[in-house]
Amino acid sequence: MPSPRMLPSALRRRLYIAFAAFLVGALSGCDALLTEAPDETEELAGLVPGLSAPQRALHLRGDGEFARSFGPADGLGPIFVAASCESCHVGDGKGHPLFVITRFGRDLPGGFDPMPSAGGPQLQNRAVLGYIAEQLPSAATGVTRLIAPAVSGLGFLDAVDDTTLQRLADPADANGDGISGRLQLLDPTAMHANVFAIEQGGAGATGTRGTLVGGRHIGRFGKKALAVNLLQQVATAYHEDMGITSDLLPLDVVNPAVGDAGGDGVPEPEAPMSVVHAVTFYMKTLKVPPRRDSASADVLAGEALFAASDCAKCHVPSLTTGASAIAALDRKTFHPFTDLLLHDMGAALDDGYTEGSATTSEWRTAPLWGLGLAAAAQGGRMHLLHDGRASSVEDAISSHGGEAAASRTWFNSLSAVQRRQLLAYLHSL
Amino acid sequence: MSQRQWTTRTGLALAVVAIAASSLRAQAAPPTSGATRSDTVRTVQSGIFDRPFIATMGRTAVGGYVEANANIAREAGIGDGLSMELRRFNIFLFSTISSRVRFLSELEFEHGTQEIALETALIDVLVNPSFVLRGGIILPPLGAFNVNHDSPRWNFVDRPLVSTRIIPATLSEVGFGVHGRLAPPRVGLTYDLYLVNGLGEGVIANAEGRTSLAGGKAAERFAEDNNGSPAFTGRVAVQQGRLGELGLSWYRGVYNTPFIEGERVDVTRSVSLTAIDVNTHIGRVEVRGEGAVVRVDVPEDLREVFGARQWGYHVDATLPLWRPRIRGFPDAAVNADVRVEQIDLNVGRFATTFAPIGDTEAALSVGVSVRPVSGTVLKVNYRRSRTVDLLGNAPVPGGAFQVGFATYF
Repeated sequence: MPSPRMLPSALRRRLYIAFAAFLVGALSGCDALLTEAPDETEELAGLVPGLSAPQRALHLRGDGEFARSFGPADGLGPIFVAASCESCHVGDGKGHPLFVITRFGRDLPGGFDPMPSAGGPQLQNRAVLGYIAEQLPSAATGVTRLIAPAVSGLGFLDAVDDTTLQRLADPADANGDGISGRLQLLDPTAMHANVFAIEQGGAGATGTRGTLVGGRHIGRFGKKALAVNLLQQVATAYHEDMGITSDLLPLDVVNPAVGDAGGDGVPEPEAPMSVVHAVTFYMKTLKVPPRRDSASADVLAGEALFAASDCAKCHVPSLTTGASAIAALDRKTFHPFTDLLLHDMGAALDDGYTEGSATTSEWRTAPLWGLGLAAAAQGGRMHLLHDGRASSVEDAISSHGGEAAASRTWFNSLSAVQRRQLLAYLHSL
Repeated sequence: MSQRQWTTRTGLALAVVAIAASSLRAQAAPPTSGATRSDTVRTVQSGIFDRPFIATMGRTAVGGYVEANANIAREAGIGDGLSMELRRFNIFLFSTISSRVRFLSELEFEHGTQEIALETALIDVLVNPSFVLRGGIILPPLGAFNVNHDSPRWNFVDRPLVSTRIIPATLSEVGFGVHGRLAPPRVGLTYDLYLVNGLGEGVIANAEGRTSLAGGKAAERFAEDNNGSPAFTGRVAVQQGRLGELGLSWYRGVYNTPFIEGERVDVTRSVSLTAIDVNTHIGRVEVRGEGAVVRVDVPEDLREVFGARQWGYHVDATLPLWRPRIRGFPDAAVNADVRVEQIDLNVGRFATTFAPIGDTEAALSVGVSVRPVSGTVLKVNYRRSRTVDLLGNAPVPGGAFQVGFATYF
């Protein structure tokens, strides 16, 4: 407890004045002292405009679940990659190499084998105490490492009709431009049936998602578009990345080397569907990544260069959603800079791993929106491309090959000023 | 070293210290009652008895403290407005069973009845003032705050970060050991040595997603050890009248469960903590602080996500400003207070990027505290903080105004 010795009266008066000034300052500048929100254009988190009050409440409940960290007592694991959604998607942005997801498989005469008996296709490289994390099997011939994508704006991509993607596809390169986007076509599964049934059952859902093309479903989420919609993506991420079961995937992921079908001992499902739905709704109703400096001369010049290039043939600037039960997403035009199609990206990006109908060198076009805010969620450094190998936009472009080889050559031919303008534009997205 | 060998050696060490301590001359009789204590030097060690008690009935005294506050806080502009809470209501029960045996307990109600915990329930058996046996639910002497954490003793509404997120105050443990006060020339010397059940797997296996010694405070620790290998904790401190007190404390134990029914199911993993604490005056300014370093044996696959090293510190400075003349409060005092604090919950660099791992927080708090009587304090604080996430992204600023009171009763 304080000493009873007191200050001289002169010093005491000065301290009173200082304290009074502090109080006045505190009361008058209360907002600033309590901190102010960052400029909305500098962050990816935030609600899509136009949500009703109950929708905002559900979004915020999903936000809480998205941030929730699971422990072993909650059902984490027994093997996992991360303990929360937010670990991989900090601030709703792109991921960091710390939480990279490794997938593997091997080439067999009959096709690509995702090696389920060896724990494939996804490596859960962490384990709860007392359990053993998976090791990469030596027999794997294809191994890829995947950086988590930004999640803002995904609800708009989820609400794009299948017919739009079919219209953008040009699998045989009929227009002869050297670019041939293909739909990721997936054999129907029980999971597809379940997630489409749930989504189509939503009040007012009248879109054309979940249609069959040649008897197969169109994938649109994931680096190789393996997930058909956000609900599947969320349930799968809970399961594969965190070891959290739900009604959609009710059995724990275990290490085959341990052979414990009992999992972590926590009763299933570890996440009720209300949680899965809340997180899915949260991701659906995140705002689109904000533009910055869109009126600057360099950005406008860069925009013109981009529009005139072949870049925009895959990184399609604008899409329009179909009918949606969420009015804020219903028939809206937005600017993701992706066509959600698979493209051959050349040998440099061929990891020898594949999913669905994609070849090993094919990747779904990465949306460019939010590119300028990527580093802010990745520890201050950019980790671009599917595995984070590129530390800058220029690095990423220089790794483009295959259908994008001509665009890389075009970029390299630009003058220094044009490059600056194009990069300014890309960073403004 | 096997678990059994380690326990045996620790027991031998305790015995050696006990014999050495008994051979030294005692400085003064130990306190036998919190209400009528006879200590001449206020120490961290004597803190749990150095409390006012409201009533004495025969050989038993009852007391406690209550703490409430109002907060308005925001992080990066986001907050939930003004909120009030009854943070703690604690009841002490002290009993002088005989001239050489005393009992102290503390029952804590936190946030109303949200959390109810038996924080202390210990028996002291005086062999000699320099050698007092202690057993029961004790407060391991990790730094000074874990022992002396009563809210009326502190001038800020929030507890120090290092004392709650590095040192897991309030940490109560079941255990036994010895403590005492020795009397080398010109200084006081106190020591505490205990064996306790220790922290559990929650150090890693928690829902925080980070290393947390507080997460290791399993409720079962009062009933049984999760690994049959007790933790060893202790503190030595020197006191000098003008300079105050300087303490060094430590903790080491196994936190996981390497054996189940005698079968080895995991490797043995330990946690250790070393802390220093100081309480002194610089001119008119009272300075209290503590710093701590934690090391945790984290499984290889969990490293970087779960920190293997942590550290932190806080320094509180109190400047007496004024003694107002208030009828009925002849000892009223007004103080200016400053706290500087910092913690790093995950020390190291990422193997993939070589960038420093984040997970840090730093804060500066300023305030005024009014003590109408010594055991009652009114607190007005402003706290400014900067939190950096695991990946080292841009700091998130925080700001909070807090008004609170705490009083012994």
